[in-house]
Amino acid sequence: MIFGPLACFLSFYIEMGSLMRRPPWVPEGMDLDRPAAARVYDYYLGGSHNFAADREMARKAITMWPDLPQIMRANRAFLRRSVTFLAERGFTRFLDIGSGIPTFGAVHEVAREIQPDSRVVYVDKDPVAVAHSRLLLQDDPLSTVVDADLTDPAELLARPEVVELLAAGEPVALLLVAVLHFVTDEQDPEGIIRTLREALPPGSALAICHASIEGRPDQAATHQDLYNRTPTPLTMRSVERITGFFDGFDLVEPGVVYLPQWRPDEPTVVAEHPERMVGLVGVGLLP
Amino acid sequence: MTASQPAGERDLAASATDPDTPDSDQWARLLRGSQGVAMHPGALNRLVSRTVELLHDAQRAEPLDVGAAAEAGALLVESHFTDSELLSRAIGLLSAGDGRAPSAELAGAFAAGWASALRERTLQEQEAIRLAADTARRDAERALRESEARFRALFESAAIGIGIGDVEGNILAANKALQQIFGARPEDMQGRRVNDLVHPEDTPGVWEAYEELVSGKREHFSFDKPYYRQDGEVVWTHLTCSLIRDDDGTPVYQVAMLEDITDRYRLQERLRHQATHDPLTGLPNRSAFFERLEAIFEDPEPGARFGLCYVDLDGFKVVNDSLGHEMGDQLLAAVALRLEAALRPLGHLVARLGGDEFVVLLEDCRGEAEAVAAAKTVLAALAKPVPIDGHRLAVGASVGVLERPVAATTPMAAVRAADLTLYRAKAEGRGRWTLFDPQRNARAVSRYAVSVRMPVALDRGEFFIDYQPLCLLADGSLAAVEALVRWRHPQLGVLGPDEFIGTAEETGLIMPLGRWVLEQACGQAADWVGEFGDRAPQVNVNLAVRQVRNAGLVSDIDRILRDTGLAPERLTLEITESAVVGPKDESLRALHSLVDMGVSLAVDDFGTGWSNLAYLRDLPVSGLKIAGSFVSDLKDSGREQVLGWRIVSGLVSLAHTLGLTVTAEGVENADHADRLRTMGCDRAQGWHFGRPMRPEQIAERIVKVGEE
Repeated sequence: MIFGPLACFLSFYIEMGSLMRRPPWVPEGMDLDRPAAARVYDYYLGGSHNFAADREMARKAITMWPDLPQIMRANRAFLRRSVTFLAERGFTRFLDIGSGIPTFGAVHEVAREIQPDSRVVYVDKDPVAVAHSRLLLQDDPLSTVVDADLTDPAELLARPEVVELLAAGEPVALLLVAVLHFVTDEQDPEGIIRTLREALPPGSALAICHASIEGRPDQAATHQDLYNRTPTPLTMRSVERITGFFDGFDLVEPGVVYLPQWRPDEPTVVAEHPERMVGLVGVGLLP
Repeated sequence: MTASQPAGERDLAASATDPDTPDSDQWARLLRGSQGVAMHPGALNRLVSRTVELLHDAQRAEPLDVGAAAEAGALLVESHFTDSELLSRAIGLLSAGDGRAPSAELAGAFAAGWASALRERTLQEQEAIRLAADTARRDAERALRESEARFRALFESAAIGIGIGDVEGNILAANKALQQIFGARPEDMQGRRVNDLVHPEDTPGVWEAYEELVSGKREHFSFDKPYYRQDGEVVWTHLTCSLIRDDDGTPVYQVAMLEDITDRYRLQERLRHQATHDPLTGLPNRSAFFERLEAIFEDPEPGARFGLCYVDLDGFKVVNDSLGHEMGDQLLAAVALRLEAALRPLGHLVARLGGDEFVVLLEDCRGEAEAVAAAKTVLAALAKPVPIDGHRLAVGASVGVLERPVAATTPMAAVRAADLTLYRAKAEGRGRWTLFDPQRNARAVSRYAVSVRMPVALDRGEFFIDYQPLCLLADGSLAAVEALVRWRHPQLGVLGPDEFIGTAEETGLIMPLGRWVLEQACGQAADWVGEFGDRAPQVNVNLAVRQVRNAGLVSDIDRILRDTGLAPERLTLEITESAVVGPKDESLRALHSLVDMGVSLAVDDFGTGWSNLAYLRDLPVSGLKIAGSFVSDLKDSGREQVLGWRIVSGLVSLAHTLGLTVTAEGVENADHADRLRTMGCDRAQGWHFGRPMRPEQIAERIVKVGEE
């Protein structure tokens, strides 16, 4: 016989264990001995915002796949080009989910070259990345950092900073750059995007960069394996799946393409084998 | 070798005369191939121009401007050109030139600036990320502390008692509610062990479940469990115990949650006591007694014996009727107290079954002697009068004693046997005990089997009717037949009326049974009339006392006669003397109505009851039947024989004086028949004239007589 208070107490325990992804007062584990995606990414880009475990993993990955630093730079370049593109179209509000450690070319810097009063809400679930971003941005009144998880979009959208960004009703540029491939199929990436899309004001935009199994299938498996040993396993997806993420958005030219092919700064500069840059990218606009 | 940017034009102008290391184009390509990919083209071009300008300036100076070259290296690091591969290729471009001496120096200065800036940057970034990590850790720790504080608050202020222990059974923490349940101060709980919390009333299995839990074989269990409070009182709790494992699944802690259910438990106990105890005397009641008795039979040791003393107070009804129920109740309570006081110390259970009936249950009885001793104890306990409200009430008891091996009987059979034994004790005179007698019991049980079975027997057609001839003594002809009901009992075989009519009267079944016999007999008589006309016999049917007193008797018989078509004159109803109590009896009117209808009445078994001859004047009877015992008991010779015949003779003349026909029953031989005929007795019945027989045999007899 379980009676009132005991039932409450027990269910509370049970919820902690299984039902609630993130109980309000228990932080996620912070283990610097395990590599974290944000810091590994920083290493690829030549940064030193990383620890031994991150470097060890990044070096292993580069040994297997020497193009990786180049791919990461291309990714960074896409972020810059897409933010520039959107700022030029008048966007002043950006929601960068999976922002990691913004070493250089951070969204607020790029956007403000065109829209000086751009607001950016950075979102990441890595506590170190969040802490670092907060230190960097503590004097920036128009930028905020939110500790939230993309896989719980409802909770993410409920954060005051996000609510405030969306509340004005002005178009918001949602950036999911190099983050969706850390969402597993079980976590339903389409559903997550749908939830986010429904919260966006009309005229908003979505930019995606996603690791793809097209181009280099020989490399994809081992790379995926390597990430599967981290707290952030990697799921590479097909061009169809990635194009499908833009359901409800109108894809801008040239659609979903390899990283270097998306609106290059100088068409002549595009490398000879764009498929080597295995990230597929695209930008869509909400009607 | 052209540059589109204005900044490049100046370089171009300078290149004609200035040193051309590095080549602007090659330099731009180098940077664009590295980190420059990620940069805005304008920013990249600005970086290219500025670094080329610095490097060229450095070479123009005499001696070489080491600072400018180093600044170029630092600028690249600042723009994230931190790749060592880039450095190596940059040095290649710087030293390529035309082999002039400053190239090596220039490359060296550039590399030093680059390295120094990278070192600075690396240290800064490491510091930044450390700071971020520390901040994050502090945040996490603060969140953990807050979380822990919340849990502690929850733990401390929970309304339910919570205790945490390790798997060795050491109690590590107990919250306030738990301390309250145990009536303990925090220091009282320190150093206590779970295993110390044993209570003699622990539910079987609770400690087995506990062992399974701490050894990791089960995750939790729930029990109602008593504990001793610090002050020695008992507190009843609902306990739920759960196991907590570490990340590897190894059991580390146990969490016990306890709710004080003492009040609820006491209430339950009280309700249970009420359900199993007699409110008047406080003794266990009938259901409690049967529970205990049945428990004896559940899993007996071989050779186990038990005893029962069925006790019934003598004369209790008199007390109740004369002094009132309240006094009766006080007497019962006093009796209960005495029995309890006398028998409880012997280890026996005393229960009240109801009314003035008590029972003593002897578990693990050592033999008949012990059971008899218990019965004697009962009688001795009630020997002295009971003083109540100034009265001294003498109350005796009768005791039926049964002592049996458990294996030899069942609870129900034992109780029945003890009850029957008690009634023998009553019948044999009060104030005594009687021991169970298997043979007498068997007879009594068969009577019991009769009463139990009888209600369904009628529906199942287990009754049938035999007919016994009544003949005229004058010529031996068949005058009438007496309908005699029989019961083909499935276990006991064919039973005669003597064996079940008494029970039928007690149970009331006599009414439907009597009606059925009337229907059958009248129907049969009518059939014979249809077949044989005047040669058909009349039919005699017995009426039981209850039937005579039944208001529906007249209409029943009227209906039956009309249904069967039998003429009323052909029906004689035999009644006993006891059927009619006196001249004002209501049943007298019914009997008159029957006679008015044309039906005859005869007094059966005349001479055996308490006969007030006066009633014969009032009864509209037309015949007497002299009880069979008068004739069949007649000896062949001697003084008794003479006396016997005189009595019979007297009865015959009495009847004739009253104008009644006389039938002698129990006539077993021709000699008796002759003497009766000589005396003027009208009719005779008995084996000499024919035993009870099937109706077909009666018919055969009529046919045979007709043929002669």
